[in-house]
Amino acid sequence: MAHTQDLTGPILHDAIVPARAPWLHRLTAGQTLRIVDLEGNQAVDFLLYATDDDAERYSAQDTIAAQQNIFLRTGSVLRSNEGRAMMTIVATSVDYHDTIGGACSCESNTLRYGMHTKAQHACVDNFLEANLRDGRGKRDIVSNINFFMNVPVEPDGALGIVDGISAPGLTVDVRAEMDVTVVVSNCPQINNPCNGFNPTPVRMIVTA
Amino acid sequence: MNTLADPNAARAHARAMGGTVVEAMPVLPPRADDLPADIAPDDLLWEETVAAGGYATRILRRGTRLRLIDLQGDACASLLLFNATMPTERLNIADTVKVQWNAYPGAGSLLLSDMGRVMASIETDEAGTHDAFCGPSTPASNALRYGDGSNAGAHPSARDRLLLGAAKHGLGRRDIHPCINLFKGVAIAADGGVAARIGPFAPGRALVLRADMDVILVLANCPHVLDTRPWSVTPLRATAWRGAVAGPDDAIRNATPERQRAFLNTDDLYRC
Repeated sequence: MAHTQDLTGPILHDAIVPARAPWLHRLTAGQTLRIVDLEGNQAVDFLLYATDDDAERYSAQDTIAAQQNIFLRTGSVLRSNEGRAMMTIVATSVDYHDTIGGACSCESNTLRYGMHTKAQHACVDNFLEANLRDGRGKRDIVSNINFFMNVPVEPDGALGIVDGISAPGLTVDVRAEMDVTVVVSNCPQINNPCNGFNPTPVRMIVTA
Repeated sequence: MNTLADPNAARAHARAMGGTVVEAMPVLPPRADDLPADIAPDDLLWEETVAAGGYATRILRRGTRLRLIDLQGDACASLLLFNATMPTERLNIADTVKVQWNAYPGAGSLLLSDMGRVMASIETDEAGTHDAFCGPSTPASNALRYGDGSNAGAHPSARDRLLLGAAKHGLGRRDIHPCINLFKGVAIAADGGVAARIGPFAPGRALVLRADMDVILVLANCPHVLDTRPWSVTPLRATAWRGAVAGPDDAIRNATPERQRAFLNTDDLYRC
């Protein structure tokens, strides 16, 4: 079966996240999440919280500082604000993923594209909706990962979300190093290339 | 020593310390002999030297200018900002670099909130070495580098200094958002590699921030997280004075369409 033939452990959970939707799932240490970019170049905005103490959460800055690189590749350790390993990227068929571009919001859309985009759905609203189920709120939303999104930095400092380097069926596998709560926004952005201007579904497969 | 055996002796002992002057301390009332020529001494609001390894926090009203000086060339000012009346709004580093299409904040850059508003502008910058990517040192990173990273020890982390500063406004662990490190820089390579620019630099480099909303400012002054030297950090001077709110003709506001809209959103916050 597509996207699963090389998985070793038993499948514990297999879900399609519709285009534009949030997703929340808990993994215990040792489980692996495979994210499948079904139709290609679909940004998957991704946050992590330690399930036992959700004031400990993914930290883009601690992750970047520890690996001295802004790109997330196979072997990258996703670190918490306490410097601990939360998850590890154990495999990916995309060259690299982003963790400096942040999540789109209704408010930042007004800056980037104009006041007319205020009413468009955005990743921060997905993060809020999913986090509110667990009792977390706005204070808990920090810089995130954008799987399948491409944000290069040029020598002069120019930085931006550009055409993706993912493709239909490409995947990333992340293994939980502690018990984690994964919060995802399947990015609804339609004003930049991060979703090829066409948000599409992604598949989430959790294995033991 | 039993000369402090009674409260009167203890009081006399304590009071005898008053007036001591050290390198890192606030000056009250504030006094500075090097204010810009067009700033009246009566408009001085804050004069404090932040210790190496120390922290400071202050509420800055909209329009206030904050001058930071890396006195000896080896300060690292990790900075958090919160909306003073609604602290759930805070500095968003990802939006700051993304919205302005640039990885390296410097003169003319805005520090943006997570609500699409400008919190502060970098009005002038003699340093040119700042870091939006690496964040503060943490107890874990300092324990690895120095053997200990606790507040009680000799090598406190910037993260825990920021946490203490934020806590004095009732904020907590969930409020410690990604920070910007001022005076220590990074260079990002094409392959994503991060090279820290640690210095030490020439003494006396200054940077002036303009508060564009009422903000809670929290500063920590600890070695940069990628500083591989033995513990090295020098004092940071903070001086703030009253100033005008950015008007419609402000050059920073009008430099780009994104910045114009960030000011429009902040203006709207204060429309009442």
